[in-house]
Amino acid sequence: MRTSAITRRQVMVAAAAREIRDGEVVFVGMRLPLLGFALARALHAPRAVGLFENGVIRSSPPAAPIITMGDPPNIAGALACTTLVDVMSHLQRGRVDVGFLGGAEVDRFGNLNTTWAEDRGRRIRLPGSGGAADIAALARRTVVLVHHERRRFPERVRYLTSPGFGTGRGWRETVGLVRGGPGRVITSLGVFGFDPESGEMVLESLHPGVTLEELRAETGWPVRAAPDLRETPGPTREELDAIRRFDPDGLWTG
Amino acid sequence: MTHVQKVMALGEAVSRHVRDGMVIAMGTGLESCIPFAAGHEIIRQGRRDLVLVGPISDILFDQLIGAGCVAKVIAAWVGNVGAGIAYNFRRAVEEGIPRPLAVEDHSNLTVALAVSAAAMGVPYLPARTALGTDIVRDHQRLREVTCPFTGERLLAVGALRPDLTILHAQRCDRHGNAHLWGNLGISLEAARAAETVLLTCEELVDDAIITGDPNRTLVPGFLVSAVAEVPFGSHPSPTQGYVNRDDRFYDEYHEETRARAGFLAWLDRMVLGTQGHAGYLSRLGEDRMARLRPRTPRPAAPVNYGF
Repeated sequence: MRTSAITRRQVMVAAAAREIRDGEVVFVGMRLPLLGFALARALHAPRAVGLFENGVIRSSPPAAPIITMGDPPNIAGALACTTLVDVMSHLQRGRVDVGFLGGAEVDRFGNLNTTWAEDRGRRIRLPGSGGAADIAALARRTVVLVHHERRRFPERVRYLTSPGFGTGRGWRETVGLVRGGPGRVITSLGVFGFDPESGEMVLESLHPGVTLEELRAETGWPVRAAPDLRETPGPTREELDAIRRFDPDGLWTG
Repeated sequence: MTHVQKVMALGEAVSRHVRDGMVIAMGTGLESCIPFAAGHEIIRQGRRDLVLVGPISDILFDQLIGAGCVAKVIAAWVGNVGAGIAYNFRRAVEEGIPRPLAVEDHSNLTVALAVSAAAMGVPYLPARTALGTDIVRDHQRLREVTCPFTGERLLAVGALRPDLTILHAQRCDRHGNAHLWGNLGISLEAARAAETVLLTCEELVDDAIITGDPNRTLVPGFLVSAVAEVPFGSHPSPTQGYVNRDDRFYDEYHEETRARAGFLAWLDRMVLGTQGHAGYLSRLGEDRMARLRPRTPRPAAPVNYGF
């Protein structure tokens, strides 16, 4: 069966790429979102521009595989190399259409925690926000990519590092955030959107081979599924070829 | 004008300019040009009670924390960019090993604006970020305020002035005028904000190289007190055009420092047991260094400053 060769991460990357529309300004991030940006540029969004928080602005994938956004192949061939405040000013000014985020925990309203976790009753200090709180606060919309397992999907994050819809729709305006909020959460099991009324995460599609029961067992609240719950479209031949071109050794999608 | 000799060996630069208890900004380029060699020298000279400032430091802050040099970190992210967790940071925060560590959490933009405010000589700058998050809760440097013009709710980010900023640059002259290229992070703001700057560079060059391309002089020498020529001074982080990132080094560090004893062995082998940066490089070995040097030059087209 041809689909047996397709990994969940390839499904995630293809779904992430489809979130980028042509001509958009994208706050990229690393790993899967970086691949998603490369894929979108190559296939359906040739005029998308990528911003990186270290100050890099580029319109093409890095010249060679990279681990961090500061790696030399991400500088060579960039449109501009500037400062953190410079690229974050574009974000605060409202010029960034979509920002990609990850997280150790994501909750029912799309809030993210990358600061404190807990394992068997013991508190674990995680690295912290980096630029995530800024992207979550200031991008016009965000897309979250996260591995789907129960400990990462609590009903409420234990520490709110990066704002989603807080306690529900209207919360962002109340605390002073002027725009934005999560548009999609792409997990290793499915894709979620957000209820326009309540701000709650709603399951829109399940990845091929995943059941609703399986996903519910890995989620810390009773998941709402959209009435027209679908199967996430797997990567097309074209998408798969591009993923393999940008990640030839399967470092991120293997 | 009296000529102050700024060029000196790294060991002397650290011994003259780094004091116990100082607030020091490092790793201001984010994942590149991190002044690891200077950080290692701070460890060798046994400085204590430092307050480290940076947006993200990759594993440099983790090493200084594990070596017992640090009382407090003011940062947006402390970890190992390739592998995620930094174990010394975790041990210090969770268990007080080797000593308790205070953490002032930020986002990248709030720490950048705190340093920018100091660079501009103002007590704070307003922002729209991080509102509603647990980062700003009970924070000594982040406060919600009302805009005097629009009445909007904003975040006031209090100024943060380092005693010292340490930068690694591609090249500079004997006065400390430095050419930097590639991503800059908060390096320029951190240089302007600090009381003074200690600069390490891949190459010390003639004054005329600097004045020949003044748009590339991003740190003027009047901010700088000490200059040390330290090739591979950012290893394992990259310096564009001189050294690529040593990805394997970060993975090995991650594995070796999982337990405290492993970190101490690492520290002894790579830092305390080396007599200085030259000793560190000989531990790396010429083969490994050769593999990290850029293979394909990509020179920019020259620009014409003629008149």
